Amino acid sequence: MKTLFEQSRPGRRGASLPALDVPQAQAPENLRRQSPPQLPELSEVEVVRHFTGLSRLNFGVDVGFYPLGSCTMKYNPKFTEEAARLPGLADLHPLLPQIEGGGPLSQGALILLAELEEQLRRITGMDAFTLQPLAGAHGELTGIMLMAAYHRRRGNGRSLVLVPDSAHGTNPASAAMAGYQVVPVASRDGVMDPEAFEAKLSDQVAGVMMTCPNTLGLFETHLARIAEAAHRVDALMYYDGANLNAILGYAKPAELGFDIVHLNLHKTFGTPHGGGGPGAGPVGVVERLAEFLPLPRLVKAAEGLTLDFDRPQSIGRIAPFYGNFGVLVKAYAYILALGGEGLKRVAEHAVLNANYLRVRLGRRWQVALDKPCLHEVVFSAADKLAAHHVSAMDVAKALIDEGFHPPTVYFPLVVKEALMIEPTETETRETLDEFVAAMERIADAAETDPDKLKAAPVTTPVGRLDEVGAARNLDVALIPQRSG
Amino acid sequence: MDFIPHTDQDRRAMLAEIGLGSLAELFESIPPELRARSWDLAPGLSEPEVSRRLQELAGLNARGLTCFLGAGFYDHFIPAAVDALLSRGEFYTAYTPYQAETSQGTLQSIYEYQTAICRLTGLEAANASLYDGGTALFEAAMMAVRRTRRSRLVVGASVNPIYRAMLRTYTANLDVEVVEAEVLDQGSLDGLIDDKTAGLILQNPDFFGRVHDLGPCFARAAEHKALAIMSCYPLALGLFKSPGEMGADIALGEGQSLGLPLSFGGPYLGFMAVKKDLIRTLPGRVVGRTVDDRGRVGYCLTLQTREQHIRREKATSNICTNQALCALAALIYLSLLGEAGLREVAELNLAKAAYARQRLAAVPGLRLVDEGPWFNEFRVELPQESEPVVARLLEKGLAAGLPLGRYYPGQERNLLVAVTEKRTRAEIDRLAESLEGLR
Amino acid sequence: MVETIKEAKYTNEHEWVRIDGGLAVIGITAYAAEQLGDITYVELPEVGAELEQMGELGVIESVKAAADFYSPLKGVVAEANQALADDPGIINHDCYGQGWLVKLKDYEAQGLDNLMDAAAYEVFVGGL
Repeated sequence: MKTLFEQSRPGRRGASLPALDVPQAQAPENLRRQSPPQLPELSEVEVVRHFTGLSRLNFGVDVGFYPLGSCTMKYNPKFTEEAARLPGLADLHPLLPQIEGGGPLSQGALILLAELEEQLRRITGMDAFTLQPLAGAHGELTGIMLMAAYHRRRGNGRSLVLVPDSAHGTNPASAAMAGYQVVPVASRDGVMDPEAFEAKLSDQVAGVMMTCPNTLGLFETHLARIAEAAHRVDALMYYDGANLNAILGYAKPAELGFDIVHLNLHKTFGTPHGGGGPGAGPVGVVERLAEFLPLPRLVKAAEGLTLDFDRPQSIGRIAPFYGNFGVLVKAYAYILALGGEGLKRVAEHAVLNANYLRVRLGRRWQVALDKPCLHEVVFSAADKLAAHHVSAMDVAKALIDEGFHPPTVYFPLVVKEALMIEPTETETRETLDEFVAAMERIADAAETDPDKLKAAPVTTPVGRLDEVGAARNLDVALIPQRSG
Repeated sequence: MDFIPHTDQDRRAMLAEIGLGSLAELFESIPPELRARSWDLAPGLSEPEVSRRLQELAGLNARGLTCFLGAGFYDHFIPAAVDALLSRGEFYTAYTPYQAETSQGTLQSIYEYQTAICRLTGLEAANASLYDGGTALFEAAMMAVRRTRRSRLVVGASVNPIYRAMLRTYTANLDVEVVEAEVLDQGSLDGLIDDKTAGLILQNPDFFGRVHDLGPCFARAAEHKALAIMSCYPLALGLFKSPGEMGADIALGEGQSLGLPLSFGGPYLGFMAVKKDLIRTLPGRVVGRTVDDRGRVGYCLTLQTREQHIRREKATSNICTNQALCALAALIYLSLLGEAGLREVAELNLAKAAYARQRLAAVPGLRLVDEGPWFNEFRVELPQESEPVVARLLEKGLAAGLPLGRYYPGQERNLLVAVTEKRTRAEIDRLAESLEGLR
Repeated sequence: MVETIKEAKYTNEHEWVRIDGGLAVIGITAYAAEQLGDITYVELPEVGAELEQMGELGVIESVKAAADFYSPLKGVVAEANQALADDPGIINHDCYGQGWLVKLKDYEAQGLDNLMDAAAYEVFVGGL
């Protein structure tokens, strides 16, 4: 499709603005922009057609099955979209509660935030929450900064953070961004090896970051022992909530021994992924870490809810305001709709769907670990690679031609030619059966016609792209045609 | 209501296939001592009940407030087409475009967004978005630190105080020194910038709405091989000198004013653009243009090896999910306005603010604090403390501006007033009359 | 492309070094190049940089990975291969020849004793 810039015609306009009802003003000559920005000039109908056309080149959960592992691509309920757009919520200036007289004009928003904090406390068992982190990775960074504040306060000079070798890349990246050195811990039988863990523990360890179930879809069976060992040396347990969908109602991170938790509202709580955000990554902590939570805190005062900026031990401000409010509204509405029983059913059906796929796919595909999984299952295409030169990437591309979005490939790193599948609870059995049938056709093709898989996808507007060329000859923006 | 489509028949058949008798058996891998001891949430509600509750809460907030409150986040006009297009499920229910062939919609729109940001800022490469202007500022600071291998940052005191607070939080545990100073001109930088400085961070227009030519300051930074970093207001770039024209190495800012509602603090949009030689230090996602195996033009994520999912602890940043849908909104907004429209919006803001200054300066007892030039925001000093004045006007449906005392001790009588293209002459007159009436 | 060359010594991070004239020529091995896939960018050190044995020399990027590479010997950077800026892919088809990365001067020759010869390196790679 042509780009907007290529369709631009001088003089076209897509938005209407009111005429000036005050005297004109001039910007001083020496401050004025000399070269115009050369933004495209298009009518509204052209803009609408352009983006409508682009959307039709895209695949979303609204289009079909999207089983990306650890992303929890569940259906995004439409009533939440309406909620976030309500006048009174969408148009509220964030500074209102920070000025005298503005509190009474923003109580509805503050009540919503307070109730969401309470909902998340009950779901996770944690004592206090901040809704400010603007994405999961941002929540991780916040959580690690809380960890650092805790150790600083106690005079512990800690420099290391432990992560499992199956960890998502944001874990070590977040720890490094907060100034820690990262040490991986080996797994055994797919879960963290408690002996390997204890061997790496020392008084230099600030904490350990884990997710449960882990990226292989397995419950970390040695958690109690790991948590106990960590707490003995005053290291903190951090829970990456990416996989919470598997254990809602069945286990609570606080009761598993975790001190800090981050959640991904755009995963577990059904807010849309947006093509890459916006998300929200609230962080929950146990009581002894609550004093470090970012500013401001929501507190009850005589006149209603207010913001408390007087928290001397707080790590400070990590976001401009109270979090991605528009996303928080959607999660709040989702939790209201599901309720306690609904959330439990979410976990039950997420795990049901994943195991159903494990068993049915397992007949033609090599499962990475031969045991029941929770909400996601990892397969390996290594045998197909060895026998037929068909890689996980080929499988992924072939699935596109079958009308599905591929699962995650090449993650976790501990599995060769990994295919990580998380169906989520909102998929019907028919969809799963169709997916299995497609995978069977691909397994057949691997044996009889591997070239067909290597040529995939052929049903999309573009085929496999030259990513090497893209990286070697960087073209990240259209250079303007006319100068100055 | 739980969006789970399974019938009893489905469950029975699926459990049989797995070889289990009940749903509870699916959770056998959770040791009994680790099971949830309680599960205490209110029962679920139907859609009309949830809707009612949300409307109730929305009803407890201000409605129809005439807004002169800005401070970095503005009440701008958003064309209806923005939301209409954003609401297409193919856009908002998609994930990060890792499988390029099936995500060309997202990828091409990000490439177009990157292009638009480059053109707006006058720089050469932009990323796909960061969370907001404040985290973008922190990321830029760290780029300067990594690039120059120095650890000292100089930050102007009239950079948004919220962003300065965020910067202090993020650098607390790092080996980085942040020096805040009033930087009004090149002379202010004497003794401030040296060969140990990684970067100079300035905002334009600044927090008080004043517009500067940062060229000389950035030139001084360049002399010491420190990076010149500018935090900017995108709508102002429709009229005023771009970061590129002023010699900035990195431009960043808050993109909320490009088609995003105020939404009580988010989601917002951090944008960033850099000079070509810094492209590999850009945090976040970057989309590149390339061709497929048949020579057709296509788009894909590129430079991913700098990112967390490959580079892990050596990543340029930990950012994964960013603000993609917000960047799309900004792109749609910019396409609807176009070059001429953006300039016109900027001129409307400029003119309305100038009119407001004229009216307010004429109110006895009020005076303008600064000399200008300004864009769409300015300080006035009231004869009494501004906070109680604003409180009384809020009761009448008028948000007169931000009382500055809480952020700037000593400025308790000052008020920061923002005037956008949405404010009519009548509303501005009403502001002046209300302030006059309160003496 | 050959797996190894006899005249070089090897590190367990898959760099090779051979002496040519008064300089120690350094590159990455065929195994490393194959693991990385098509190389898209190389970050080379500045001339004059001083390195310890196994100190970080630079970064090699491909589409799927970014790998640090290390100096097999203690020494000072005399030259960096600028041809790689235009065509980083040279490494993929000639990693022991035109795809060299860095040349060191004033290198500590004793360091060679700590490194593997071609045969030992091939055994090492076989065990991976």
